[in-house]
Amino acid sequence: MSHLWELPLRLAFWLLVAPLVPGLINRIKAWVAGRRGPPVLQLYYDLARLWRKQVVKSPLASPGFILGPAVAWVAVVAAALLLPLGPAGSIAGFPGDALVLVYLLALARFATAWAAMEPGSAFEGMGVVREVSFAVLAEGSIIAALLALSAQAGSLRLDAMLAPMVGTGSALLAAGLFTVLLAENCRVPFDDPNTHLELTMIHEVMVLDHSGPPLAAILHGASVKLLLFSVLLVQAVLPVAGLPPWLAGAALLAGVLPVVVGIGLVESLLARLAFRRVPLLLTTAFLLCLFALLMAWKGGTA
Amino acid sequence: MNTSGLNLLIGLAMGLNLLALGSGRVSSLIRAVSFQGMALGAMPFLLSHEFSPWVTLVAIATMVGKGWVIPLLLGRAMRAAHIEREIDPLIGFVPSLLLGAGGTIAAIALARSLPLRPEHAGTLLVPGAVASILTGFILLIGRNKALSQVCGYLILENGIYLFGLLLIHATPLLVEAGILLDVTVGVFVIGIIVDRIQRAFDTLDTRKLTVLRE
Repeated sequence: MSHLWELPLRLAFWLLVAPLVPGLINRIKAWVAGRRGPPVLQLYYDLARLWRKQVVKSPLASPGFILGPAVAWVAVVAAALLLPLGPAGSIAGFPGDALVLVYLLALARFATAWAAMEPGSAFEGMGVVREVSFAVLAEGSIIAALLALSAQAGSLRLDAMLAPMVGTGSALLAAGLFTVLLAENCRVPFDDPNTHLELTMIHEVMVLDHSGPPLAAILHGASVKLLLFSVLLVQAVLPVAGLPPWLAGAALLAGVLPVVVGIGLVESLLARLAFRRVPLLLTTAFLLCLFALLMAWKGGTA
Repeated sequence: MNTSGLNLLIGLAMGLNLLALGSGRVSSLIRAVSFQGMALGAMPFLLSHEFSPWVTLVAIATMVGKGWVIPLLLGRAMRAAHIEREIDPLIGFVPSLLLGAGGTIAAIALARSLPLRPEHAGTLLVPGAVASILTGFILLIGRNKALSQVCGYLILENGIYLFGLLLIHATPLLVEAGILLDVTVGVFVIGIIVDRIQRAFDTLDTRKLTVLRE
């Protein structure tokens, strides 16, 4: 594969495969509940429909209302491109790209929150407050998890870091990262993506006043972020990078699918937590990642 | 001695410590204590070099006592007293969880600087014991309800039991059996006392038990 073609190919992978993930999760939820459920490709149809619609704009909103979702989408896709894909490595690996990944995700969250406050609705301001206050706790866990990976690899390059440790540390890291995945992508124990109850919404509040192409960018960005976290989780636990290309692709697929099924099952079997219990679960995720960091740091003895 | 299996069990017990600190219901707290008791009961098997009927007997008695009899007694006391299932903590869940995690990390760091015997240097026995004792103290200090405090006391006792395992070849297991019997009787008595407190004061909140009455 020539270097010229690599970037478009990767971009196509992330952009085209990502909307499949929410479709699969909805399929699993429908299967557990005994419903027929929406088609797997539903999000593609939604995105195509939203793209053709016009934007309804609040008279209070500045151009930031349109710019916010665009910045968020670009930041998430850039973060996805930074993530190495198995033996193909990273497209632009440099020391410290793990930190850039964390900050790109933070930038995406900032831009979404900014755009949510543009219409001047107090309700969306409430959603922003909830989202950001949970994100503060979730970010600590991501940083602890990345530190654990970097401590055992002795490097801050993502492609070197994603060489998993073995044993208990890996299990702790997987549990912690999965919880963070649920929190960051607004899935069930933290937030309900299907909720229509105003008082319990978090992420859904923020996108309530968006319409047309900006909403499509938000929805697509959310699906890319979900795929990004699943791939990160799989590569943090499975030694994908050392395998031959086709085997690595199969391993990646075999790893992402259980994650997706796990999200679907969690959403089907758990109720969302009360707000005051959420910090406790996020603290637990942080501690799981912290203990994984300690095990990576002190070696196998402790 | 099966060190990795032993460390896995002690790591499990440490995880259950944190679970006990973070659990918001009395029943899940009792379940955490019972699982911890069972994990601890299995440890003499991994520590002893050859099969001995006496060790097997005490290990099985510990597993049955701590994993089944004591939780059963606590569950009965909980139902008899009709207490609320939610725990109302004096030290919040997140602070107590962070305290417990800090204590666990400090225990591991402390154990590295202690002059242990070579056969115990690679195991987590000492940090596990210290962490469990700290967890027990946090639960005893930070919870209001008598039943949660009993669970804290049981975790404290589990920590002492872990210390005792260091000397398993030196002390007669009769001592362990005696302690187990004492704990079971203690929990049995506490189950009755909990019922009495509930009847006399209409609550299990131990903060209200500060005034002596005729």
